[in-house]
Amino acid sequence: MIKLEHVSKSYKSGVIPALNDVSITIKEGEFVFLVGDSGSGKSTLIKLLLKELEPSSGTITVNGQQLHKIRRRKIPKYRRNIGVVFQDFRLLKDRNVYENVAFAQRVVGTPGRRIKRAVPKMLSLVGLAAKYKSKPKQLSGGEQQRVAIARALVNQPKILLADEPTGNLDNKNAWEIMRLLSEINKRGTTVLVVTHNMEIVKAMDKRVITIRKGIVTEDED
Amino acid sequence: MKINSFFYSIQQGVKNIWRNKLFSLASIATMAACIFLFGLFYMIVTNFQDMVQNAEEGVAITVFFQPEIGESEIIAFEDEITRRPEVAECVYVSADQAWEEFKSEYFEGHEELAEGFEADNPLANSAHYEVYLSDVSMQNALVTFLESQEIVREVHQSEAAAKTLSDLNTLIKYISIGIIAILFAVAVFLISNTVNVGISVRKEEIAVMKLIGATDFFVRAPFIVEGILIGLIGSAIPLVILFYLYRRIVAYIGERFHFISSMLQFLPVQEVFRILLPAGLIMGVGVGLIGSAITVRRHLKV
Ligand SMILES: Nc1ncnc2c1ncn2[C@@H]1O[C@H](COP(=O)(O)OP(=O)(O)O)[C@@H](O)[C@H]1O
Ligand SMILES: [Mg+2]
Repeated sequence: MIKLEHVSKSYKSGVIPALNDVSITIKEGEFVFLVGDSGSGKSTLIKLLLKELEPSSGTITVNGQQLHKIRRRKIPKYRRNIGVVFQDFRLLKDRNVYENVAFAQRVVGTPGRRIKRAVPKMLSLVGLAAKYKSKPKQLSGGEQQRVAIARALVNQPKILLADEPTGNLDNKNAWEIMRLLSEINKRGTTVLVVTHNMEIVKAMDKRVITIRKGIVTEDED
Repeated sequence: MKINSFFYSIQQGVKNIWRNKLFSLASIATMAACIFLFGLFYMIVTNFQDMVQNAEEGVAITVFFQPEIGESEIIAFEDEITRRPEVAECVYVSADQAWEEFKSEYFEGHEELAEGFEADNPLANSAHYEVYLSDVSMQNALVTFLESQEIVREVHQSEAAAKTLSDLNTLIKYISIGIIAILFAVAVFLISNTVNVGISVRKEEIAVMKLIGATDFFVRAPFIVEGILIGLIGSAIPLVILFYLYRRIVAYIGERFHFISSMLQFLPVQEVFRILLPAGLIMGVGVGLIGSAITVRRHLKV
């Protein structure tokens, strides 16, 4: 499903590479944690998978597609197969919960009828059906992240990438988000979660890839 | 593009204008000023042109011939004149006709006084052509040509009133083109700025759109719509104002200055707007499109 082969990435200003000869294979339906200190290259890896950045060397294959072969014009279509969630939620502040989720469908040109059916379903999956009219400001951090997850999933991507989704949350909310991600994984979505929270990682007993200064140092189930 | 996306883009374009009221208003106002001035100059120039044309119809060059030239030779020369492209009409006036005209003009009511001349036409050498021009700016060329002909004795040209008129019109044209070009540059700049502000206000939203998989076109369309709408509103307003203004001014001048109203024949408002309306709208929308397209190309790389 996701395959990195000898992938390196150096930023122009960087002295040492952000990623150095990384090879990882993630199978369909897996749930994987990616852990490592700040600055070790985790977000860089996520950006490579989204084709926001190009690797300096090596090849990345997602859903059987080699990323360097995707033409610029086809990038949007490629990204529609990947849901993504961030530490800072990145919700649209001027729109309510419903519109934030519906937004993802409008962007890809989904007909209004289907939006009206899909959004409430998604909101009840993340437990926010009752708050569909609230603005992001009126929600707790955990709730905002759940809206972001609903938005990432509403177009039914095969893969969900989460870059420190619990970084801004207290322990209780962090657990809820992780349980939600695990639930989504059980329903068939391949999930890659970047996190600092070793307590949860240890407790959840999933595959963990550790990365240090751009190099994969551990990879264990 | 899908129909849902089309309506979404238009809705977002309207929202852009609304969210960014101050800049939008400045752009619309500048646009309106451009189109207003364009319309004003256009009205002046077309009316002027029309008046020049009317005046030109009455302007003639008179060609006299050497005394030894006979009437048949003079008549044969007519072809030489009418063949020239700037000549609209060439009228032959024989010596006798010239005398008749003179008589009726100067001995009006006392024709008997002129009888003594009957036997010997005092204007025997005054057979001539009256040449009417279709293009007054070519008057000098024609006069030079005629004076170079051997059989021609003298060429009279009407004092260059019409020529001055057409020179003035050309001057107005150039000045207006200059002013309008500058104003349009300002309008493009302002619209570009407005769209740019809109883009920076929506930076986050655009970033999210791109991650979700929005196409370039989908991200850009609302800003293009914004530019086009600014152009459309900015040209519709002054055109409506000009329409009523023109009618009022023409009516006012007709009333107040009726003694010169035969000289100042204004074109009817429909005639002026038949060209001005589409031209103004196309210009407005075009400038809006150019202003936003430039900005979007520069700042919205996906
Ligand atoms: N846009 C950038 N330009 C230059 N260097 C960058 C850029 N983004 C990240 N880096 C550097 O690359 C390294 C890895 O960063 P990042 O992938 O964000 O790490 P992590 O997400 O694990 O904290 C860091 O040393 C960081 O300073
Ligand atoms: Mg990071």
